[in-house]
Amino acid sequence: MEKRLANWGNYPAISCDESSFSQEEQVQDFISSHSSIIARGNGRCYGDASLAHHSVSTLKYDKVLAFDTVNGVFECQSGITLDQILEIIVPQGWFLPVTPGTKFITVGGAVASDVHGKNHHVDGSFSGHITEMDVITGNKETITCSAEKEPDLFWATCGGMGLTGIITRVKFDLKKIETAYIHQKQIKAKNLEHLIQLFEEYKAYTYSMAWIDCLQKGDAFGRGILIVGEHARPEELNAQQSKMPLQLADKRKLSVPFNLPSFALNTLTVKAFNWLYYAKNTKQEIDNVIPYEPFFYPLDAILHWNRGYGKAGFVQYQFVLPLEKKEGLVAILRRISDKGWGSFLAVLKVFGVQESLISFPMEGYTLALDFPVRKGLFEFLDELDELVLQYGGRLYLSKDARMKKDIFWNSYPNARKFADIVKTYNSSGLFRSVQSDRLLLTE
Amino acid sequence: MPVVLILGAGSDMAVAIARQFAGKKYDIQLAARNVASLAALEQDVKIRYGVAASSHAFDATDFGSHPAFYQSLPVKPDITICVFGYLGAQEKAQSDWTEAARIIHTNYTGAVSILNIVAEDYAARGAGTIVGISSVAGERGRQSNYIYGSAKAGFTAYLSGLRNRLFHKGVHVLSVQPGFVYTRMTENLPLPPLLTAQPQQVAKDVFNAVKAKKNVIYTKWFWRYIMLIIKSIPEAIFKKLKL
Repeated sequence: MEKRLANWGNYPAISCDESSFSQEEQVQDFISSHSSIIARGNGRCYGDASLAHHSVSTLKYDKVLAFDTVNGVFECQSGITLDQILEIIVPQGWFLPVTPGTKFITVGGAVASDVHGKNHHVDGSFSGHITEMDVITGNKETITCSAEKEPDLFWATCGGMGLTGIITRVKFDLKKIETAYIHQKQIKAKNLEHLIQLFEEYKAYTYSMAWIDCLQKGDAFGRGILIVGEHARPEELNAQQSKMPLQLADKRKLSVPFNLPSFALNTLTVKAFNWLYYAKNTKQEIDNVIPYEPFFYPLDAILHWNRGYGKAGFVQYQFVLPLEKKEGLVAILRRISDKGWGSFLAVLKVFGVQESLISFPMEGYTLALDFPVRKGLFEFLDELDELVLQYGGRLYLSKDARMKKDIFWNSYPNARKFADIVKTYNSSGLFRSVQSDRLLLTE
Repeated sequence: MPVVLILGAGSDMAVAIARQFAGKKYDIQLAARNVASLAALEQDVKIRYGVAASSHAFDATDFGSHPAFYQSLPVKPDITICVFGYLGAQEKAQSDWTEAARIIHTNYTGAVSILNIVAEDYAARGAGTIVGISSVAGERGRQSNYIYGSAKAGFTAYLSGLRNRLFHKGVHVLSVQPGFVYTRMTENLPLPPLLTAQPQQVAKDVFNAVKAKKNVIYTKWFWRYIMLIIKSIPEAIFKKLKL
């Protein structure tokens, strides 16, 4: 049945015929009866990576297949979401090896985007923890792959945005924890220079990221808050927390019930929000123990926060620049700050070294911010793209909804090799999305 | 641990019901024609909820196999939930007896066949709960799905009579009348979002109704009133409507 479908940014929205499956044979039937499809999980990528006229939802393919509670190995079908996995593993003393800033993504999506988290500089991206997975490729064959077995397929599937086929089963290693709490520190930085210095100073922490108020100018340009943390040890918990150290956090949620009018988030309100966010930390440094949920998933507490940007939707712009191109970060941030088209939230993180085929992360600075869709925005972002390219950086495909094809081909060094592997497993261009067509990855 | 038998465990609604009961620490017996297809769900409820689970081959339309199937269960269930059903294609069934028979035998005859056996056991034990997932389609025949609807109507009447009989034996019979539900069975139908339930909602309603020993529930709840209105339309007018 045709319906309007959009991902988290509500842009673009297309007319789509979506089917689901709960058994593997049903996927094979679906492949046989369609000439083009793309797998879609929980729709939490921001742009058009999982949009196509025929999409196949993995959400009903969500069974847990095995959980080794001794060695911390988890095996599941691809449509299960990370929040469901956390409910199962945390009480047993295990945690996700890598998690992005929302737990409402599927495991299949985590692989296809090769997601990163606050611990990238220590633990790398999600792909580094996969022991094996199954992918149904263009000829309906289910292929089991890993870094050792069928490595071409494996590496083209990690971060490959679903273009090698439909990921059906994933087995990955978990991280041992003693409590469901995080010992966090929040340190105020008076400007960007200070913030980058703090990143260096606190790099021994497993988890780190910073929030930047990108509307600040002058001496306070790039002021923000560095947030670092470690899984709390039992002796760090207070009496209340110690009663049930692996207990899940409270589940009450707020929700934005409908799309806010687009004027709700303007320069003034964003400035006010950013000021409040910065000022709420009255002390220079906060040091406390909190449940893992608000630490990793602050925005998940507000369901449908994307509706805050109104009906026109928004794009999240996330790029990475090499470590030695700090001046590029300054230049781009200045352009954003001067433009004043604002951002609800800008997040800065330092990535560690990563060698991969098509995954987004590489050693350097990554900045992510939201732009409500408006007239002139895409021209402005095209200008930013040129700067990113000039400084040797690239954009995150999971956030992308509008990048021009040349930017992609010139910024991802392995683009050609990736496209060739995709052709091997997806020779008829069966798996294709609005994004892959736009970037000419599936000609 | 009380045990729940789910007949027709391959459907989306059955998955939701299995997880709902397992989440409340019931052991789960899954039964469907293709027993291999149940392996993943069996593991899933075991790992997620720490309950015992098992899978069993059961073909609703192979009536002769039903006594042996029930006999072979390792433990007799405390609650039996009859979830299987087949929507079929109305237009095809109008002229193709194979399709019509499949609709009738899956939704009605097969259900009567297996529940007769379960009812005998529960009556003898003087305990147990039988849940039948019927449909609001059984409350008034409409041109768009009256073969399915009439089979469900038969099933609804069966459950009502069974409840009447088994009440005196201490056995609880619950009839569930779902309206529209988002499942693979209906994913190609344009369903009105406000009137359509998620399988999880149906599962929760079933669980609560079992606990509260309800007789008949509608899910979503307001379908009771929608059907009241639909049933009150005089036949002279109803027959002219395109429903």
